[in-house]
Amino acid sequence: MIIADRKPLEEILEMIQGSKKILILGCKGCVTVCNVGGVKEVEVLAATLKIARKKEQNDLEIHQKTIERQCDPEYIDQVKDVVGQYDAVLSMACGVGPQFLSEAYPEQKFFPAVNTEFMGGAVTHGIWEERCAGCGTCVIHLFDGMCPIARCSKSLLHGPCGGSAAGKCEIDPDVVCIWDMIVKKKMAQGRLDDLLEIRPFKDWRTARDGGPRKSIREELT
Amino acid sequence: MDALKSGSRLEKVLKAGHFAFTGECGPPKGANVSHLKEKLAHLKGVVDAVNITDNQTAVVRMSSLAASAIMVGENLEPNYQLVCRDRNRLAIMSDILGAYSLGIRNILCLSGDHQKFGNHPEAKNVYDIDSMQLIALVKKMRDEGVFPNGEEIDEPPRLFIGAACNPFADPFEYRVYRLANKIKAGADFIQTQCIYNMDKFREFMKMAVDMGLCEKCYILAGVTPMKSVRMAQYMAAQVPGMDVPEALINRLKAAGKGNYAKEGIKIALEQIEEFKEMEGVAGVHLMAIEWEHRVPEIAEQANVLPRPEV
Ligand code: SF4
Repeated sequence: MIIADRKPLEEILEMIQGSKKILILGCKGCVTVCNVGGVKEVEVLAATLKIARKKEQNDLEIHQKTIERQCDPEYIDQVKDVVGQYDAVLSMACGVGPQFLSEAYPEQKFFPAVNTEFMGGAVTHGIWEERCAGCGTCVIHLFDGMCPIARCSKSLLHGPCGGSAAGKCEIDPDVVCIWDMIVKKKMAQGRLDDLLEIRPFKDWRTARDGGPRKSIREELT
Repeated sequence: MDALKSGSRLEKVLKAGHFAFTGECGPPKGANVSHLKEKLAHLKGVVDAVNITDNQTAVVRMSSLAASAIMVGENLEPNYQLVCRDRNRLAIMSDILGAYSLGIRNILCLSGDHQKFGNHPEAKNVYDIDSMQLIALVKKMRDEGVFPNGEEIDEPPRLFIGAACNPFADPFEYRVYRLANKIKAGADFIQTQCIYNMDKFREFMKMAVDMGLCEKCYILAGVTPMKSVRMAQYMAAQVPGMDVPEALINRLKAAGKGNYAKEGIKIALEQIEEFKEMEGVAGVHLMAIEWEHRVPEIAEQANVLPRPEV
């Protein structure tokens, strides 16, 4: 799923500085699962903003709503009766949310209340890790279920580099060297030969480098 | 290894069976050409080629291409370093062609230190291709005379292809295979990371020799003399993939204040002596960081002077 993190309070306060009445709009998709933009987090942000503005003696009227998804026109449609009444709408969805909303309601100002970070999963309660870079051409099977594009700091196709030490990446002792894991698994399972070939250059056209992407499924259009 | 691939001095020295001796020089943090020339002057006639580093540790400096070209003008042979961190395949290929056209004949293909270590950690990194693919790219351009898309190159770059190897990074058991892969990709010569753990290096070289790698490629052993106990401790603790044994740090300490540098050079000289005899080692790459002026005396004491005429 998409992992996000809430923006710092100061940044959000600054965004809504001149506003008297706002809506905080949550999303029941990925950001609910990663505990950053669902019903609960909308409530918490509302309470926090209220207190902060009260301190400034600048009271703020806050409405809250959380919809199924903010990446689907069908659900975006559900807020058509309320948007337009606010000085600002804070979207707690990933970066798709504020954009779909802005496209649907050009007169309303939408602000992102979270920073969208990566595609990954929870490795343990409260800790999420990146697993996919969305390069558009999956190669995970070549590396025994581990993606060096997303997980090697240099996206090397022939690692590990000379900075790999004790299973950790050169950039940070808290970062796993994924190439160390790939090599160890291949060697332990007798598939060292897989690593002894020179792989062709990656075609980055399917990644973001090829320009904004679009997926068309004829049977559904 | 029949006809010359590049005609570089380094290639000729190695091909003739001489024990090669290469140096290293970092371009200035600015456009100070006279300072660069000063540093290079110390190395003239003392080494076979000088590695010109490419924004090493991701700190911005004069481009290695420009510094290498300046070096050619000084009648010294550069080993032009090129990292994949800062440029995509278009820039890499045009730099390769540019380098050759400026008289550069040796290239060292590297992935490059992550920008996180440098003075602009906010930068976007590129890594369009990696060092293994860079080696293969230079080889393709040189030997087949074509770009990866198959288009012909009007006058292919005849470069002697170098690559790096760090026997001390992990996993150790895999390192020799990664070296084999670089040779398969097209590396003509290898320069290793600074060696301090001699036991481990001996073990590594034995594997390389047993696999027949040293017959396909020239391996130059990396040597960096320690200037101080602090430098040794820093390298041991802070540089990922560097293996500095405790015993070496203790030996430096035992030399006593004021004698650290002298002892560091002594250790380096002992290493060089051993490398001259070590099976599979074709030369030494001396990385005397910001110590270019000490290289002549080290070369003198290491008995590698005069450099052979080739
Ligand atoms: S240490 Fe490992 S993960 Fe980090 S850049 Fe090198 S190969 Fe990639």
